[in-house]
Amino acid sequence: MSNSIVLAGPAAETTRIVAFWILAIIAVGAAVGMVLARKAVHCALLLAVIMLSLAVFYLMLGAPFLALVQIIVYTGAVLMLFLFVMMIVGISAADSLIETIRGQRLWATLGGIAMLVLLSLVIGNAAIGRAAPNSAKFGDANVTTLARLIFTTYLYPFEITSALLITAALGAMVLAHRERIKPKPTQRDLSARRIASGRPAPLPGPGTYARHNAVDMPALLPDGTQSELSVSQVLSGGAGKVVQPPAALPGGSSGSGSSSGSAASAGQEAGDR
Amino acid sequence: MVSPAHFISLSVILFVIGAVGVLVRRNAIVVFMCVELMLNAANLAFVTFARMHGALDGQVIAFFVMVVAAAEVVVGLAILTTIFRSRRSSSVDDANLMKY
Repeated sequence: MSNSIVLAGPAAETTRIVAFWILAIIAVGAAVGMVLARKAVHCALLLAVIMLSLAVFYLMLGAPFLALVQIIVYTGAVLMLFLFVMMIVGISAADSLIETIRGQRLWATLGGIAMLVLLSLVIGNAAIGRAAPNSAKFGDANVTTLARLIFTTYLYPFEITSALLITAALGAMVLAHRERIKPKPTQRDLSARRIASGRPAPLPGPGTYARHNAVDMPALLPDGTQSELSVSQVLSGGAGKVVQPPAALPGGSSGSGSSSGSAASAGQEAGDR
Repeated sequence: MVSPAHFISLSVILFVIGAVGVLVRRNAIVVFMCVELMLNAANLAFVTFARMHGALDGQVIAFFVMVVAAAEVVVGLAILTTIFRSRRSSSVDDANLMKY
């Protein structure tokens, strides 16, 4: 079944080496890019690249089951969860470049280099032998052998895992739940609010009467001027300010007074929207 | 010949990059992603050791790590949305209400 997936035999050795080096460079480059990229969405996409290349590494290491789980669970579920939360939190939530702790980046980089040196020394001293001779456990019989291990030797950890998953699901529901403090606005309330706001009609759609109908093209008003309201704030660049007030505030980096100020300004801007 | 040492070295490099990312980045979502990167690097080491020793226990452990990581992400992101709802920010510096 998985003979087509798992590379085997001496003829595949060159393929293996080439694949390893290409994917290793891609993975490390994507990891560095993930740390350096300013926008969270770019980080998520680079993380997807890393996870997919790790899945290929698992295949090369004789773990076809884990490779597929990596693709399905990590790239499929976990990363999509990240993207969904990013949509809730604001897709334009870019990191600010102001350091809150002075010298944080420098010291973090130095610490990282020190950690790399330490771990490299550990690896250099450890006796990492060659791979064990290939067997069916790392090919056709991988799934069945894993299943036997999980349901015999590792049965209790597996059962505890189910409790963990249920707890996590319940915890997420409890944390994401919002208690309704005010009564739900009825249709009458909504229409009254809409009339009182001075704009009873919906906002103009992007691209109306304009040259293109792209979403970033402002609609033209009857007098020929562009309507800024027709373009989403995320596209027009106005939403960056909504998410970033803590960083944009002078002295927004220290003390609790600034945080209350940022919360107030953010609330004000949310009210503007 | 791609030896297990190659994979272990790669896993170390990825782990260190993830650790630096956790220290440097201030957007909580990106910090979570860097933690995921560290967990993935550890998984790669587990799978490599399983291949090296010719036993599948390492793969089982990697499987458990994946499950725990999924649970961690779910709870962590729920906390994040809750914080974002009250503070309107996803920066780790703004969740400082309990700071002395």
